[in-house]
Amino acid sequence: MGVVKGDQMILNIGPQHPSTHGVLRLEVMTDGEIVSQIRPHLGYLHRCFEKHSENVTYEQVIPFTDRCDYLASMNSNFGYVVAMEDLMEIKIPERVEYIRVIMAELNRIASHLLALGVYGLDIGAFTPFLYMLRDRERILDMFEYTCGARLLYNYMWVGGVSHDLPKDFETICTDFLDYFEPQINEYNNLLSYNKIFVERTADVGVIPADVAISYGVSGPNLRASGVKWDVRKDEPYSIYEKFDFDTPTGTAEFGTLGDCYDRYWVRMLEIEESVKILRQALKEVPSGDVHQSLPKKIRPPKGSIYRRTESPRGDLGYYIVSDGTPIPSRVKMRSPAFTALSCLDEVSRGWMISDVIAILGSLDIVLGEIDR
Amino acid sequence: MKIVEIKEVIMDQFPGSVIESEELSKSQVELKPDQWFEIATFMKEDPNLSFDQLECITGIDLGEEASLQTRYNFHSMEHRHKVEILISHDRKDPKVASIEKIWRIGDWFERETYDMFGIIYEGHRDLRRILCPDDWEGWPLRKDYEGQELYHGIVIPKMKEEDGWE
Repeated sequence: MGVVKGDQMILNIGPQHPSTHGVLRLEVMTDGEIVSQIRPHLGYLHRCFEKHSENVTYEQVIPFTDRCDYLASMNSNFGYVVAMEDLMEIKIPERVEYIRVIMAELNRIASHLLALGVYGLDIGAFTPFLYMLRDRERILDMFEYTCGARLLYNYMWVGGVSHDLPKDFETICTDFLDYFEPQINEYNNLLSYNKIFVERTADVGVIPADVAISYGVSGPNLRASGVKWDVRKDEPYSIYEKFDFDTPTGTAEFGTLGDCYDRYWVRMLEIEESVKILRQALKEVPSGDVHQSLPKKIRPPKGSIYRRTESPRGDLGYYIVSDGTPIPSRVKMRSPAFTALSCLDEVSRGWMISDVIAILGSLDIVLGEIDR
Repeated sequence: MKIVEIKEVIMDQFPGSVIESEELSKSQVELKPDQWFEIATFMKEDPNLSFDQLECITGIDLGEEASLQTRYNFHSMEHRHKVEILISHDRKDPKVASIEKIWRIGDWFERETYDMFGIIYEGHRDLRRILCPDDWEGWPLRKDYEGQELYHGIVIPKMKEEDGWE
């Protein structure tokens, strides 16, 4: 951190602080009220995911992926199984693909709802948080109805999924979507167009596109800076090619392109896109057996693969190395929140301490995924 | 551009830097560590390659007898092509040039690989441990890693063969 001079002061935020979204510690060098440098300290939630993976079989890695990104476990599972299926060259039934997309998009909505709600909370708006958690709860209920777990599912397996959809799932999900779509307007009226909220977020913490790419920022944070990049569209996996949806990018709605408000707003638009995908997918779910292509033994050929998928936080990559045994030789997770957090220092310089909270919240980090 | 073409461009610019091996997959290119910083700069700045996104850096230990490896995954937003670069290191003295100045995310990725494998990235401006505590001993993801017994007086549980956890 260097020598502290004159009016400078080092302020410690976290690791037990509600606005750091987990156990993150920030060492903030301030000059008066202005931030001149931030040094994040990670590792408070390090649970040795990668080391554990080298001691368990391939299928036993899946519950660990749940616990990495605990707000979007379905998407974490999805990335891992997609990589494994590519490595083993398994063809999976159409029904499984549809179920996976439905679950992943539902989880994306749930994750974004929490991100937006908590962001409001960071800025000082309490009510929208309660509204959003109320609706998120209905999604979690659907997950519980399908696979028995609310948050950590272990739902997607290599070659299939653990449980088939319940018979009336389609009706329940459609009912939810019919209820949910008008709610988006309510959120907008409560939070998105709220004068205080806009004043706190517009023009704050601008990330220019080239800086974002250099820092490996991905997902909604990158799109907010005006880069049209979505793994679902640009490197399609599973059956995302079949669906008609847009990739919303930042529009500089109230301020500059790539500011905190844009990152908030892109997430809000993405929820609508997910609803679009869900409606299309629910109509066409084919019949079939979801356990049909589960391999008896998971023993991939010697080799390695890097595959990335679009999680609610951005490009979630898995690097898997196989040495031909039933135990992975190496599993590396490239987590989107890790890369997003790395740009905090550069983006926050010159802003006030209260703005750092706004910037950190807008990046939507999950510490479970950063520390792994 | 296809991998073969990317490989040729690098070979033309830096003769003798590419290692030919039959074990590599279609998307991989193995390089010698000597000129890595120059090659990396070229890969980012050459308009035909323009790899502006560093997707991932993975450290790999291939076994107690073999060498350590760093694998880089690059992607170009402009041309939408990708490549994976492999660089092997000597196990006793693993060293390679840092690319943290070229892609800013290299900073944290290299710190993570250093933390887990003890690979030194020369020229990195702030090479510290990132996930483990600063005073942790050893390199956890190496295959010959033996964990320490105590950390500031706290006993560290170890897995024993057949007995399960201590």
